[in-house]
Amino acid sequence: MLVFNQLETYLYLALILFAIGLYGVLARRNLIAVLISVELILNAAMLNFMAFNRFLAPHPAVGQIIALFIMAVAAAEASIALSIIIAVYRKLKAINVEQATELRG
Amino acid sequence: MKTLFFPFTPQGIALLSFLLVVAFTIVGALIAVLARNIFHNVLGLALSLFGVAGLFVYLNSPFVALMEILIYVGAICIAICFAIMLSQPLYLPGAPRNPLKIQGAALGAGAVFVFLALLTKKTRWVPAAERSTDWSITTIGHYLLTNYVLIFELISLLLLVAMLGAIANARGGRGRS
Repeated sequence: MLVFNQLETYLYLALILFAIGLYGVLARRNLIAVLISVELILNAAMLNFMAFNRFLAPHPAVGQIIALFIMAVAAAEASIALSIIIAVYRKLKAINVEQATELRG
Repeated sequence: MKTLFFPFTPQGIALLSFLLVVAFTIVGALIAVLARNIFHNVLGLALSLFGVAGLFVYLNSPFVALMEILIYVGAICIAICFAIMLSQPLYLPGAPRNPLKIQGAALGAGAVFVFLALLTKKTRWVPAAERSTDWSITTIGHYLLTNYVLIFELISLLLLVAMLGAIANARGGRGRS
């Protein structure tokens, strides 16, 4: 049994990607870096779907369709998030979540 | 065949390239999260997404792998590059990192990792009783326009709304400007 023909390999890989992305969301303060980490988390979810699709699912087309839907939603989310980041930068002159504040004190 | 050295058998080559793809994925993700320069983060993300596309090829779905490269590497990474160019200049020094926050984030992500790893280890994964072997792209197209046509149309609407929203946001509200 080769290592790339086992379900668990892909699950652990997706888990590593998810943990790295979660660390990025929690630790980074640059808004764009947070968005990059969210993309990593979405990719981990997509890898899980594709792995289950390859090894368990009754019909192999369904998981691929769901992966395509995830990609489309991720593209929409990225475009909205980037436009919000640019608007925030224009208004507050910072994209660091600790510096981009309006209230003083 | 006996005379071939192990890495040069078909399985050996497949295994080596699988390890290469896995290394791309993990090293790219680490660069995307740990590097200080935001531009290096985007390059790491692109490397990681190439790795994930390679994993999709190993999962028997070259179509989704190509879509991954086209949409993620080709569209999302480029869009992030534009956002970097339009926002904070790169020569400004970043704020110093707060070690307490980094430790907390590492602890939280590590706890989730351990919990999910134990869950994955403990679960018995049972394949479906009857599994179709139809991996063709034609079938995906049929499914997209029959069983999943409502979601397909909804997603197209979502993309349109997101596009309009992004334009309205980025040019500063709906007023005349």
